[in-house]
Amino acid sequence: MTKKKTQKKTKEKTKAKSQKKNKSKTLKFNYAPALESTKVEILEKYGNFIGGEFVAPKTGKYFDTVNPADGKKLASLALSGSADVDLAVKAARKAFKSEWSQLTGSERGKFLFRIARIIQERSRELAVLETLDGGKPIKESRDVDIPLVAQHFFYNAGWADKLDYLVPGKKVKPIGVCGQIIPWNFPMLMLAWKIAPALAAGNTVVLKPAEQTSLTALKFAEICQEAGLPKGVVNIITGAGETGAALVDHKDVNKIAFTGSTDIGKLIARNAGKTNKKLTMELGGKSANIVFADAAIDQAVEGIVAGIFFNQGHVCCAGSRLLIEESVKDLVIKKLKARMKQIRVGAPLDKNTDLGAINSKEQLKKIRDLVKQGQKEGGEFWQVETVLPTRGNFFAPCLFMDQSGSSTIAREEVFGPVLSVSTFRTPDEAIAKANDTNYGLAAGIWSEKGSKVHMVASKLKAGIIWANTYNKFDATSPFGGFKESGYGREGGRHGVLPYVEVE
Amino acid sequence: MFDVSVRKPGEGKIIIPNFPIDMIAADERAGSFTKRSIKKESKLDALYAAIEMVDLTTLEGMDTPGKVKQLCGKARQAVPFGIQKEMEKFSNFRPIPKVAAVCVYPNMVPYAAEALEGSGIQIASVATAFPAGQLPIDIKVSDVKRAVKFGATEIDMVIDRGAFHQGHYQKVFDEIVKVKEACGKAHLKVILETGELKTYDKVRLASWLAMEAGADFIKTSTGKVSPAATMPVTLVMLQAIQDYYEMTGKKIGMKPAGGIKNSKQAIHYLCMVNETLGEDWLTPDLFRFGASSLLNDLLKQIFKQVTGRYYYDDIFSLD
Repeated sequence: MTKKKTQKKTKEKTKAKSQKKNKSKTLKFNYAPALESTKVEILEKYGNFIGGEFVAPKTGKYFDTVNPADGKKLASLALSGSADVDLAVKAARKAFKSEWSQLTGSERGKFLFRIARIIQERSRELAVLETLDGGKPIKESRDVDIPLVAQHFFYNAGWADKLDYLVPGKKVKPIGVCGQIIPWNFPMLMLAWKIAPALAAGNTVVLKPAEQTSLTALKFAEICQEAGLPKGVVNIITGAGETGAALVDHKDVNKIAFTGSTDIGKLIARNAGKTNKKLTMELGGKSANIVFADAAIDQAVEGIVAGIFFNQGHVCCAGSRLLIEESVKDLVIKKLKARMKQIRVGAPLDKNTDLGAINSKEQLKKIRDLVKQGQKEGGEFWQVETVLPTRGNFFAPCLFMDQSGSSTIAREEVFGPVLSVSTFRTPDEAIAKANDTNYGLAAGIWSEKGSKVHMVASKLKAGIIWANTYNKFDATSPFGGFKESGYGREGGRHGVLPYVEVE
Repeated sequence: MFDVSVRKPGEGKIIIPNFPIDMIAADERAGSFTKRSIKKESKLDALYAAIEMVDLTTLEGMDTPGKVKQLCGKARQAVPFGIQKEMEKFSNFRPIPKVAAVCVYPNMVPYAAEALEGSGIQIASVATAFPAGQLPIDIKVSDVKRAVKFGATEIDMVIDRGAFHQGHYQKVFDEIVKVKEACGKAHLKVILETGELKTYDKVRLASWLAMEAGADFIKTSTGKVSPAATMPVTLVMLQAIQDYYEMTGKKIGMKPAGGIKNSKQAIHYLCMVNETLGEDWLTPDLFRFGASSLLNDLLKQIFKQVTGRYYYDDIFSLD
């Protein structure tokens, strides 16, 4: 009986084969380079943007900003000293007193709406520049960064004439001159998070972009000119740590808003404490992405990838600690590895690139050092085998299995495409492990069981909690952390509050 | 959600895992493939491959032998001779391949079989009381047997969605098993009609049920219900195929049908297959497009890639 069946089957097979002409011919599907072709004008040399004009630095010094994807110089930028900072603060003070704080909210709102519209009109140009200077994939700067930048200006423009309703029953007034120091991972988005609410509330600003990624901020200065923003309302000074320190130390700055590493944040907090300044800090993180056995596994894998490999892992709220319920560990890891192999690492301007260039040589070295340390400490290390570009700063996505809470990869903020994986058995254990960190910025929960999601979320010490998604941002939603991840919130109504005095 | 179990002939009770799908995240992942930008030689390769994957379809109440024969003519020679000559002048031109199959109603199978004889093009027939499937199983089986007898080499069956929604998974399963048996040497594509299943959880469950019951291909839609194929639904089915392959070693084919009208969409589907199941599935043996107007757009884009310019649309024949 069985024999007969097999015979019949073979016969059928050969017959079927003879009908198929193209058996086993498959498409070799390599995606040819698809480079974004929008041209951007970059000047050879940029001064500071002070009082509505570009001015040469008093220091007479400049530094280079480079494209991290090929190491080539893009432009020379002013290396500003305390005299330059002073000039900028004076311009901001003058604009605050004589003009900006005197305008009605709706007038201020008009300027912000205008800026938002110009950002939309010039969005492709800004996206390309962001990618050139910072190394992030054009797909992300085009579809995430710049649209969010515009949204933040639109959203906060709406607050400008509604400040009477910001704190129920209370009047608010602007703080004055705000010093703002932003990082290199989301250069223009961080600028928007800082400048848009500050201006809406009637403050003027002196912004220092990260020295690695100042070009979009300088392009934004051009947009301020184009929008006819009163001179001195926005001032942008370029430079490195010393420039930032001069801003923090300046006596006539009323507030410092900082986004960056926890180490620098602590330093700023100490120094700012010596003067009369308000502070908001958005610092590092080591956020947990918790996958329960009852999660939608294929989508959870997407969320893990979005959590840690978005923007090369240069994300303060990156889901860098994956906690998996042990019963589904093998399944999740098998699927995750398969998915990681599909991540296209390469030229940031290629529209098909998923993971671009590491932002700087220094950051690449930091990632390599931490990975080396992790390898020493143990746990299976697995990295995607892919051909990386020979020039520029690139690092293939990788993960470390079975990390204990004390291991470097599970503890330290790597700020790169490096995932720490641990397991848990019960919800309580997941919560305890997720909270076992000196940070408290974000967390992700993956479960199809709504009651469990809410129970876990209520017990996590993190400023942002995503359920069945990760790394989703919106101008209407507050963002900020607990513990060493900082204080103060950005975005939403909460994001305007740190820029007002409540009467 | 609970796993479903069915009795399988020769194997006893088997489990059909109920694997939850998060709709929002699945939509988002599917959407990410629409951002792929396929250019130059990759685009040309994909266009050529897509032609070979087309099941050129006519499923109208008004279908006639004449209509079917003319469609088969188009399947045999997709490009008018003059246009072909024009493209041949260019060095990157390769002969335009034939489509995978012509898909028709059972009554039209004899005409298609005659018109396609010796062409290597498969003759696909919808059967099993297509498109609703609301007829007794013996009629469905005889429907299939007749189509095969008339020369169908592939059968596109519909599942009983009523039974599925009712929770009568065994009935759905048994029907597929019986139809598979009736197919004999013909390949079986099982249409889930995802536009009537609505949730991705049900799409996933139905996919697994069909694969366990003996489907060679799983297919999204009849084309008679809106929405027909969508990228997220196809993604959910591709992932089911992936998991089934991991578990059993069997490679099941995928056929999105309906709604894929242009080359750009088709290429995005190919990217999705490529990045979900890999290149192994990028063959007409394991991936098909159920479409009709798609073919002309593929030809139009090939003409553009080969010659560097667009021809006006009407130049490609109607059938």
